Amino acid sequence: MMLSKMVLDTRSYPVSASRRKFLIGSAAVAGGLMIGLNATPSRAATTAVTDNPMTGYIQITPENQVIILSSQFDMGQGPYNGIATLVVEELGADWAQIDVKGAYGNTKLYGNIMWGGTAQGTGGSTSMATSFDRYRIAGAAARSMLMNAAADTWSVPVEEITVERGVIRHVSGKTATFGALAQKASTMQPPQDVQLKDPEAWTEIGKSERRRFDSASKTNGTHPFTIDIKLENMLTAVVAHPPKFGAKVSSFDATEALKVNGVTDVVEIPRGIAVVAEHMWAAIKGREVLEIEWDDAQAEKRSSTEIMAEYRRLGPNEPEATARSDGNVKTALDNSATVIEATYEFPYLAHAAMEPLNAVARMNTDGTLEVWGGHQIPDLYQFISANIAEIKPDQVILHVMKTGGGFGRRAVADGDVVAEAVSVAKAIGFRAPVKVQWTREDDMRGGRYRPAYLHQFKAGLDEKGNVIAWDNHIVGQSIVSGTPFEGLIQNGVDKTSVEGASNIPYAIPNLRVGLTTTNVNIPVLWWRAVGSTHTAYAVETFFDEVAAKANRDPYEFRMSHLKAHPRHAAVLKLAAEKAGWSEAIAEGRFRGLALHESFSSIVAHVAEISMEDGAPIVHKVTVAVDCGIAINPDTIKAQMEGGTGFGLGSILAEELTLDAGEVEQGNYDSYTPLRIDAMPDVEVFIVPSENKPTGVGEPGVPSIGPAVANAVFAASGRRIRVLPMSNALGS
Amino acid sequence: MSIRLSVNGNEHEIEADEDMPLLWAIRDIVGLTGTKFGCGLAQCGACTVHIDGEPTRSCQYLVSDAVGTEITTIEGINGKIAQTVQQVWTEYDVPQCGYCQSGQIMSAVALLSETPKPTDEDINISMSGNLCRCATYQRIRAGIHEAAKRLEA
Repeated sequence: MMLSKMVLDTRSYPVSASRRKFLIGSAAVAGGLMIGLNATPSRAATTAVTDNPMTGYIQITPENQVIILSSQFDMGQGPYNGIATLVVEELGADWAQIDVKGAYGNTKLYGNIMWGGTAQGTGGSTSMATSFDRYRIAGAAARSMLMNAAADTWSVPVEEITVERGVIRHVSGKTATFGALAQKASTMQPPQDVQLKDPEAWTEIGKSERRRFDSASKTNGTHPFTIDIKLENMLTAVVAHPPKFGAKVSSFDATEALKVNGVTDVVEIPRGIAVVAEHMWAAIKGREVLEIEWDDAQAEKRSSTEIMAEYRRLGPNEPEATARSDGNVKTALDNSATVIEATYEFPYLAHAAMEPLNAVARMNTDGTLEVWGGHQIPDLYQFISANIAEIKPDQVILHVMKTGGGFGRRAVADGDVVAEAVSVAKAIGFRAPVKVQWTREDDMRGGRYRPAYLHQFKAGLDEKGNVIAWDNHIVGQSIVSGTPFEGLIQNGVDKTSVEGASNIPYAIPNLRVGLTTTNVNIPVLWWRAVGSTHTAYAVETFFDEVAAKANRDPYEFRMSHLKAHPRHAAVLKLAAEKAGWSEAIAEGRFRGLALHESFSSIVAHVAEISMEDGAPIVHKVTVAVDCGIAINPDTIKAQMEGGTGFGLGSILAEELTLDAGEVEQGNYDSYTPLRIDAMPDVEVFIVPSENKPTGVGEPGVPSIGPAVANAVFAASGRRIRVLPMSNALGS
Repeated sequence: MSIRLSVNGNEHEIEADEDMPLLWAIRDIVGLTGTKFGCGLAQCGACTVHIDGEPTRSCQYLVSDAVGTEITTIEGINGKIAQTVQQVWTEYDVPQCGYCQSGQIMSAVALLSETPKPTDEDINISMSGNLCRCATYQRIRAGIHEAAKRLEA
């Protein structure tokens, strides 16, 4: 964190001032603030073209390949496919000629529009929202340039030329490939404006048969990940990190490590001690015999149990800050006929993406530094790399790799593993390219977790069973505090701590959402769906509990409180109808439902379960989603399926614990994501929409947990208020 | 020490310590990177290869024990079952990030070789060792059933 702070305060980099602004803006998005989402796309109106598409968005090679330069980083959710769909739609390319590469280094072209356009980055499920106009305009402008190039070459009016499936055609029957005209097209003046296709004319957007273009390479082992990078003379390093967060190296003895066959160097870097070797196994063996004395003076030494015990003490107190206050919740609670109270506890969670963190750095003889990695905030990583290597940012060449998962873990303010790769390469005098590869244990114990949280609730019902008071106190660490993103904290409220709770859609006249931010020295980070990973569970199970106390059906009770939110109501209704909520259910099966908005998309889950040895078996899940215009319906379905499995696994059995400041889990034997035997059948229904697209990478996660918890209540009468469920129920 | 490996029908004479896991020999020395490192503890299945046709976690299998065996990686699988599985995987867009999928396919091919018409329970038993953090399990299951159907025809 300190490194990035230093970076951001450096005035030598021309964008440092705007960068600060961007980072604040980006955090605002992570906190669920979005701009201009509900405008209907213009129909048959012209749109201004501000940038030459062939400089930064679309490269057409003489070999007839169309390379799309993506502002958005792809960690599996498919934004490359979404962006390609937008370009192909307007450009008229053939899918067989499409490839997508990660772009960087030009804020004007790639700045995330949902973050105010002031810097590039991927997060908050914004990739389609930021790309929807940008890449359609680029495609249309590039098509116009190809047509003008053809008209010029053939000496015919441009009106007589059409473009379809990668073929440029004149009415006379004359044709050309994109490749044949690529050179000339790139010299044409870009049009001042373009007319985007009317949605009714779309042949790509919204078509369910449109599938991902990268599936084949991810099925035959050829898709390149960062771990697969091979460079001449490249060395591989593993880094020994402090076992407690906040500890530092006191001293180390590399004698034994250097004796290991294949180990070339043992070097100290700001984040630990790196063992550098000819290959991974030698590096691992070298690290096993490396002796390090750690200085624990400043380290966090508490256990997660102690931390949660403190949160329990804080829960009943007045919140430090108020995220939302409507009416007078205290008076309303005093006047309530029934008051319901509950406390919820959420553990730390690890991202545990399948590809453990890694990055590769190579200094070239011309003074440029190449860095391969999952560059989720590329400009920042370029700057951090330059700073370490003591060169200028524009001397850093990034290779934005598609990564084996991410779930938020590759968007870090200090660029952690990227910084390590450059630091190790520097520490060996840049004499060879270096790949830093974390092991699973490094990844699990390397920090940046979904923070632990506690939710303290009080709700009041009047005599008729209406909810008249709702008091929700959230206790936990801030993700953004102490980072360059901390501009997001407003009036003492980190929006990422309260998102999903402070914007509860139900009409409740007296409502307060308060926050107490705790001071714990465990590094925390956004974890797929961020605040909604706990707020959805807490709010939707407690609202369910309130419905039960009022003797009302959970569906009907929610609908009666959603009159001001027709989109939410439509999503919940669709899910309930498709799940047969009002119909009888098979003997031994039970249903629960939940509704949640995250990142401006609205999702409802209905879970159908049975109980076995006291624990839920989830058989069938019905999902309804409103994410605006569905660009790739099958990708949306895949994200809802996968998000459901990801969210389900987290509430069933994921928990990261610390004992005396040290993480107790190291691998998938003790930290246990969902496996195939626990995966339910997931059926997804997309609400038709003309609104601009919002995200799907995260919104599939939040509401499965509370839907299952509410089904457990229906089955057993038990409310599970401490996660994961495996602690309270049978395993 | 010098170790002789047969990978995908090709003989490789490599220099490696005998305690090196086969995974790192395949990736870092033979140079085939389709087989992935996920956990190093045989907990995630990303490193699954076939040793004499048997699905094996190469991260917990010593390179010295692989001498005299026939190792098959994602780069070397062929035959009707493998081709059908890969074809269905692509059609169904099973992969999201794709990192675990080499291992998933190696396990699925092994399952279908042993059990041409697997039940859901067969799939659970054979595929539970292969983690997918993107949770593409629904499509993996559907893909295995579809591949079985096509192979029967």
